[in-house]
Amino acid sequence: MTDLTTAPASALTGAPTSYDADEQGWFGDFGGRFMPEALVAALDELTVAWREAVADPAFMAEFDAIQRDYAGTPSRLYDAERLTRRIGGARILLKREDLNHTGAHKIRNVLGQALLTKRMGKSRVIAETGAGQHGVASATAAAYFELDCTVYMGAVDTRRQALNVARMELLGAKVVPVESGSATLKDAINEAMRDWVASVDHTAYLFGTAAGPHPFPSMVRDFTRGIGDEAREQCLELTGRLPDAVAACVGGGSNAIGLFTAFLDDPEVRIYGFEPGGDGVETGRHAATIHAGDSGVLHGARTFVLQDEDGQTVESHSISAGLDYPGVGPQHAHLAKTGRAEYRPVTDAQSMDALALLARTEGIIPAIESAHALAGAFDVARELGPDATVLINLSGRGDKDMETAREWFALGEKTQEQV
Amino acid sequence: MSTSVAFEKARSDDRAALVGYLPAGFPDVDGSIAALEAMVAAGCDVIEVGLPYSDPVMDGPTIQAAAQQALEGGFRVRDVFRTVEAVAATGTPAVVMTYWNPVERYGVERFARDLAGAGGAGLITPDLTPDSDPHWPSAADAHDLDKVYLVAPSSTDERIAMTVAACRGFVYATAVMGVTGARTTTSELAEPLVARTKAATGLPVGVGLGVSTGDQAAEIAAYADAVIVGSAFVRTLLDHGDDRAGGLRALTVLTEDLADGVRRG
Ligand SMILES: Cc1ncc(COP(=O)(O)O)c(C=O)c1O
Repeated sequence: MTDLTTAPASALTGAPTSYDADEQGWFGDFGGRFMPEALVAALDELTVAWREAVADPAFMAEFDAIQRDYAGTPSRLYDAERLTRRIGGARILLKREDLNHTGAHKIRNVLGQALLTKRMGKSRVIAETGAGQHGVASATAAAYFELDCTVYMGAVDTRRQALNVARMELLGAKVVPVESGSATLKDAINEAMRDWVASVDHTAYLFGTAAGPHPFPSMVRDFTRGIGDEAREQCLELTGRLPDAVAACVGGGSNAIGLFTAFLDDPEVRIYGFEPGGDGVETGRHAATIHAGDSGVLHGARTFVLQDEDGQTVESHSISAGLDYPGVGPQHAHLAKTGRAEYRPVTDAQSMDALALLARTEGIIPAIESAHALAGAFDVARELGPDATVLINLSGRGDKDMETAREWFALGEKTQEQV
Repeated sequence: MSTSVAFEKARSDDRAALVGYLPAGFPDVDGSIAALEAMVAAGCDVIEVGLPYSDPVMDGPTIQAAAQQALEGGFRVRDVFRTVEAVAATGTPAVVMTYWNPVERYGVERFARDLAGAGGAGLITPDLTPDSDPHWPSAADAHDLDKVYLVAPSSTDERIAMTVAACRGFVYATAVMGVTGARTTTSELAEPLVARTKAATGLPVGVGLGVSTGDQAAEIAAYADAVIVGSAFVRTLLDHGDDRAGGLRALTVLTEDLADGVRRG
């Protein structure tokens, strides 16, 4: 039996796949680097530092040790028997990223980037955040590594996610509300980039997802691919074979690519990404970028973008702040175009139903982001039938979403009436 | 019409050129045309017409506010061609400064054709470096347009060499590590950057980011071929709000001060 906690292979040394970027960061027609010249030197420096770091056994040993002892990985692969019975289709396995430190897969990425920041001799980190999960993870890593930390967050989101603002501040980070544009995640990214242009000599930008200019999509994937590497081994150990399908939600795409990478070159494994369908793609109020967007350039990469006829970015809508982004990581655009992965929209209502279902059947409250993966994967489980196995990434826990859930399900109202 | 005509004229007068920026559609399309005409009349040698974009990562609060106002007022990409046409009619070269996505969405070849058709001189591309995409250079060359890429204090000598080799018209040297916005002092990073750039090319080198007064313009004109001013013009119009006539008068005064500056340098 493989003991993953002592396995010598680092999470960072995963094999290359047939879907990797070229030297310039191009995944087929997508990716690349569309950035102000002022930041190119820093991106080149980061690219070299990252490549050198992953080739350095000392760096990798430290990365693995922090992921294990501090973040709590490998996360468990849970055989969800009750859920399987309830759905009545394929056997459902849940990758429990919700049990990681700070409550989501995001900690894997920030610990990698923060460790690299230390190695590069920089003293300050900046980050953008939507829901606040990446901001909290960044503030956590900054506290751990003794780095100054500033988090940019859309002013709309600082109000929606006040508790996460408090968490970041408690961890010692400075949170800057961004009022420009639509005052949400995309504008927080703009503002972080503006900071970075002026501070790049001593500051690292901890990008929160597998999007943005090269090397971020590839680097963030490498820091999160432990999800899939672990899940692959765990599934083999548990079931004796690979899953028939793997599924994840897709915002920018870090948890999804972190899971998918280990299975890209196993053609028998179907790969599904579930995008935020908001009120329904047909209403125009959604964030289903791959399903309904067009090729364009946003935040430094060519990818699918929700945009109008003039190339102006269109505001996205999702009940899940962590998925509410009008772009998507370029590797997902490539996987969609090549047909290696299938991307489907899941509405707010379907996600909230799945969230409640998991809570009642398994006693697990997932993040609303992860509930998108559940809702979509339930259909896949029914399509594939009882002989199949579907592995779902439970990317985060739902604590941060209780206010939204309370409103959605009118929770607590009956209790109030009795008082 | 390439911008090189304007740089040659300035050079023959033994002075630097003054390049003025304003976003199209701000305060509205006709308002931006009137403002650009006033800047030409008061001494701008080259005009940069900005194309308002929803996600301007290289811009500070002043230009962001102007772009947002233009977009909220219904600005369309095609309006930029009308604006360019009006400036070109004055005999002053007009280049468009734009983030890349609106061009890609419009169609790179179609954008080049319509820009050339409007009498435009070329494009300045703040988030497109020569190595990011091969489509623009071929479209620009096919339509005889200037390609103006940026160099920055952080650029290595190798990147400067690669960038200037891809430029036509002039080279845009960003004086500071930061976003657009008026600053009270000129940057000490600009002069060495201009020297490194001039060592790599015979093209004119313009310095932008942060210039707002005639004195700053004079300082830069001592070592650069052009002084590029943006946020200070935008600020002037923003400060005058609905008082359009007052805004144009103030714009004229500012342009004259800057035009005097480039002659003192
Ligand atoms: C729990 C959880 N899952 C998923 C996401 C979406 O991000 P990504 O698509 O990069 O995995 C977020 C973002 O905040 C999140 O908090």
